[in-house]
Amino acid sequence: MAQIRIENVRKDFGSFNAVKSSTFTIEDGEFFMLLGPSGCGKTTTLRMMAGLELPTSGEIYIDGEEVGQKPASQRDIAFVFQMFALYPHMNVGKNISYPLVSQGMPKAQVKKKVDEIAEILGITDILKKPVGGLSGGDRQRVALGRAIVRNPKAFFMDEPLGALDAEFREHMSEELRALHDRMGATTVYVTHDQLEAMQMGDKIVVMNHGVVEQFGVPQEIYDWPATKFVAQFIGSPPMNFLDFNGMVGNGSTEVRLNDIAMAIPQCLDGANGALSFGVRPEHVQLDDAAGYRGVVKATEYLGTTQIITLETPNGVIKARAPSSDAVRVGATTGLRFDPRTVTLFDAKSGKALRSQANQGVLAHG
Amino acid sequence: MSYSVTEPSKGTKWLAGVLVVSYAIITLIPLLWIIATGFKSPTDSIAYPPVVVFQPTLEGYVNLFTERTRATDEMLAAAGPPTTWYDQIARDRGTVISGPSRYGQRFLNSVIIGFGSTALCMVLGTAAAYAFSRFKVPLKDDLLFFILSTRMMPPIAVAIPIFLMFRNLGLNDTHLGMILLYTAVNLSLSVWLLKGFIDEIPIEYEEAALIDGYTRFQAFYKVVLPQAATGIASTAIFCLIFAWNEYAFAVLLTSGTAQTAPPFIPTIIGTGGKDWPAVAAGATIFLVPVMVFTIMLRKHLLRGITFGAVRK
Repeated sequence: MAQIRIENVRKDFGSFNAVKSSTFTIEDGEFFMLLGPSGCGKTTTLRMMAGLELPTSGEIYIDGEEVGQKPASQRDIAFVFQMFALYPHMNVGKNISYPLVSQGMPKAQVKKKVDEIAEILGITDILKKPVGGLSGGDRQRVALGRAIVRNPKAFFMDEPLGALDAEFREHMSEELRALHDRMGATTVYVTHDQLEAMQMGDKIVVMNHGVVEQFGVPQEIYDWPATKFVAQFIGSPPMNFLDFNGMVGNGSTEVRLNDIAMAIPQCLDGANGALSFGVRPEHVQLDDAAGYRGVVKATEYLGTTQIITLETPNGVIKARAPSSDAVRVGATTGLRFDPRTVTLFDAKSGKALRSQANQGVLAHG
Repeated sequence: MSYSVTEPSKGTKWLAGVLVVSYAIITLIPLLWIIATGFKSPTDSIAYPPVVVFQPTLEGYVNLFTERTRATDEMLAAAGPPTTWYDQIARDRGTVISGPSRYGQRFLNSVIIGFGSTALCMVLGTAAAYAFSRFKVPLKDDLLFFILSTRMMPPIAVAIPIFLMFRNLGLNDTHLGMILLYTAVNLSLSVWLLKGFIDEIPIEYEEAALIDGYTRFQAFYKVVLPQAATGIASTAIFCLIFAWNEYAFAVLLTSGTAQTAPPFIPTIIGTGGKDWPAVAAGATIFLVPVMVFTIMLRKHLLRGITFGAVRK
């Protein structure tokens, strides 16, 4: 079990820069998510932590020890691959025992360990089977078994649920989280699925184009995104942006959208120019008394809620409302935005402006 | 792989069976004829019209493995009664066995050179293929093309330079020389074939082994090699067949110590009349090792041929 610290880590593949100067700390026992779209550098970051790639520059500390240039075999970590990478020429038991055999552990002890792990994962009855004919879930369990059998300092998982059916993924993610809680081991988990990240993670790092966009607990990231990218990547539907040109003063508590005053959390970063007014769909209320108007373009029925697409003078937005609300396509309606949840972004840099509400989150992000 | 959706009808199956069996018979006739000729008497072997049913004899095999001298009646009497069955066969023809022939030695040369070059080829080929498949080799594509380009001419086109080179290096008529030569000829094919096989093995297996605490070489040895066994086996068959059957270089570069069976077999004709049964016997025995090797590895061979063509 260990703390993992990444400092100014950079990775170039030839002239391609995959990871640009990442810095973050994963605390002991955390379930840590590396989240981002494909090609954002999250897998490369994970592989550098594991020692499957060596960083071009920067330091990686596992348990206080600098391991950046050490081979994987000397880092005492376990890795679960997306395709599981079970050794095809060995049976289930052999696969699980393989890391122990490399340590020169006596046979009797290996057997005891393997049986113990098989018990935890509920795969005792398939220990003698070849890995070829196993179902996706059992393969996943065997891969996990091979990872936990050694009591490594940390687990690294590269989209471990990506190869499973959607239905089964749900079940496996619960199992994974339960396993983590039971073992209490530091786990770093790469995924491109924001729902999975929110659901399972203690902490999330959101990456894009090799850059860490934000780092924090799921709710902070959801409520107070540091950049427009994070605001859009997390949440379904994503955060709405009402684009406007204008200014917001230091300490100001309102902006003018289409000449209508909108309350915002007290702004600490005054700005002038192209701005975006960010609000999550569930914080958009349809209220005929409100001065800001929008036209209903479409509705999507989702059971208990519905997603309403509206056209406003500042762009198309979506609102989440109870499905009992009667909404007519083509109708004009007033819109109210919950002022406590609004984030303003500089449209050009994409960065969130600091406010009284999000300054605590942005300070460490 | 696609299968036809409907089960073929009985008639279709029957027709397919007939076609396959007749094709097999047609291709096997020369082989069967050689094997049969090995058991014929010299008269039967050149009889016209050819005889299909004949009295089998081991005379061809005896002649293949022995040197004989024609003996007068007095010499036969002096030699005493024949002590073994092969003595008896020689006596029936009015000859006495004066010693073993050189066939055994030549056959052994073929085994040493054929299997030696195949083994060397596999070791070098696997190592090179692994490197080309997994590492960043500068000018990789050019190097691979160079390697392949050695295949673009018939090997015999370079016979004269190789002959001169071997003479100067003292490799003429040596086992080492022939092993090196056949390895050089086969290596391009084996690097390319093996690279294909190793490319198909996901790199995650090795990475898993690295994470599990194994060194790079252990990962290669314990994880990649067992996975590549199929590819190595089928490549080995191709290499062995070439080295085993090679005739032109063997004629040119070997004459005694390291002479392989292919250039030796025809020389049997010259000793004491046209002894076709002995030639056929030599050819039959010569076929056995490759046949056994191929049958042993045939599962791999079939998978080897279709490997990569089918998405698993």
